[in-house]
Amino acid sequence: MSKFQFPESIQSRPVYGTLEPRPGKYHLIIADAEGAEAILDLSEQDATLMANAHIIYIPKGSKLGDRLKALRPAQYYEGPSYQAAASRIERVLASAHMGTQIYLTGTEGLIGQAMRDCINAGLPHTAIQTEHRGSVARRMQCVHCKGITEDVITDPFECSHCGLNLFVRDHYSRRLAAFQGVCIDAEDPGNVPEKVELYK
Amino acid sequence: MSAAPQKVKAGAEKIDVTVSAVVQLNELVTRFEFKRRDGKRFPTFSAGAHTVVYMNDGGTQRLNPYSLMSDPADTETYAISVRRDDQGRGGSLFMHNNVKVGDKMEITYPVNLFSLDLRAKKHVFLAGGIGITPFMAMIAQLERSNGHWELHYSVRTKALGTYVDQLTTTHPNKVNIYYDDQSQTIDLGKLLDGQPLGTKVYVCGPKGMIEWVHKSAAAAGWPDTSIHSEEFTAPQPGKAFEVRLCKSNKTITVGENESLLEAMEREGVDAPFLCRGGACGQCETDVIKSDGEFIHRDHWLEPEEQGKKIMPCVSRFIGNSLEIDR
Repeated sequence: MSKFQFPESIQSRPVYGTLEPRPGKYHLIIADAEGAEAILDLSEQDATLMANAHIIYIPKGSKLGDRLKALRPAQYYEGPSYQAAASRIERVLASAHMGTQIYLTGTEGLIGQAMRDCINAGLPHTAIQTEHRGSVARRMQCVHCKGITEDVITDPFECSHCGLNLFVRDHYSRRLAAFQGVCIDAEDPGNVPEKVELYK
Repeated sequence: MSAAPQKVKAGAEKIDVTVSAVVQLNELVTRFEFKRRDGKRFPTFSAGAHTVVYMNDGGTQRLNPYSLMSDPADTETYAISVRRDDQGRGGSLFMHNNVKVGDKMEITYPVNLFSLDLRAKKHVFLAGGIGITPFMAMIAQLERSNGHWELHYSVRTKALGTYVDQLTTTHPNKVNIYYDDQSQTIDLGKLLDGQPLGTKVYVCGPKGMIEWVHKSAAAAGWPDTSIHSEEFTAPQPGKAFEVRLCKSNKTITVGENESLLEAMEREGVDAPFLCRGGACGQCETDVIKSDGEFIHRDHWLEPEEQGKKIMPCVSRFIGNSLEIDR
């Protein structure tokens, strides 16, 4: 099962819903990994939606791409990473019109980055549907060196840029599409608690 | 919420003004311009803001909200444009018949319940009749920042097209006028179709027009947060009713032609307000006890709150007894 119920947290932490078909002329669906399952569920609710849908999918090792293609969306793109798909997403958003429905599903890193780009394109964040599926790994920003570390799965973790030991916070930045990581042993260097997998 | 301390309590604070110009624009609409009596400058306002004008109509105090339609950057003069409503409660008639250049009046600090969303990539304005007023200020504001906008303005006839000439002369490529008497209507479906992502629509006009725009946009897949609307509801007359004000320890009667808010003000009860049109939520008052039926006319209370709360600026009551927390 790819669904995970996040425990309640501070207000800053993003919350996710369940994708539902909405009226619109064009449906932009951006997903990674197990997010594909949410697209399959969406299509089951309204298969006609796919005739005007553009799916941008980053499999991250998942084998669900063929099943998405079989939904026969108007456009289908598969790429190795969000960065690889970024220029395509930018191009699609730049020429998109009001009446476009946006569906984001998969890991928090994917949802967050796509959300950021949609907001920058002018959509209100409340109008963008999201559904979390798959890994609970996070995209973290080191508040000290500002470097971003993708797919963080343990708390604490080492910043991939400056090497500091960072505590994983629920404090989230919509602008950066990242959670904030703060040095955990600043007062007592070297006194680092044992790494624990997130939500384990 | 801004953390900055508020120096003036908007809405409640008044500015003493002198009427500096009265310009009749057509058979129904007249512009009134105000200058400060203390010689200072007005605060700049954000386009879409309104002011509440205090009128002393032969002993009856009338307070009507009007959109500020002058250039927001002009701190010398504030202007409103008032449409005469012969069937109304008398505020607009008072303005038209009694207010002359040189008159001393009071107006409130500006309050904005219909502001531009400056994150928008494009602003589409839809005006019906006198609903043009907030857009006059918005256009002035956006022109200064090279904003991307267009106006679709529906008027009854050429003669009643308030500011039509000024608008079409200054912005011939951005202003579209539709004349009712020539059976011209805004083709909303076409207009909504193909607007770039990040477009915001602003609509000001009759209730039916506002609902039409919200509904059409929702059907076309627009998020409701991309549609901004402003409608002032004038308090409607109704049967007189009695109300007990618990905090003030008073029982008052609300007359046929006044609102509950106006009745409280007449009795010297300090009741909060901002828009006086059921939109802003400032006058929200808890109902302590009631035996009867409410006539809710506001756009503020959620259905489940109605009856537990009342908006005294526009809503009324019919029944045996009403007690409110004021």
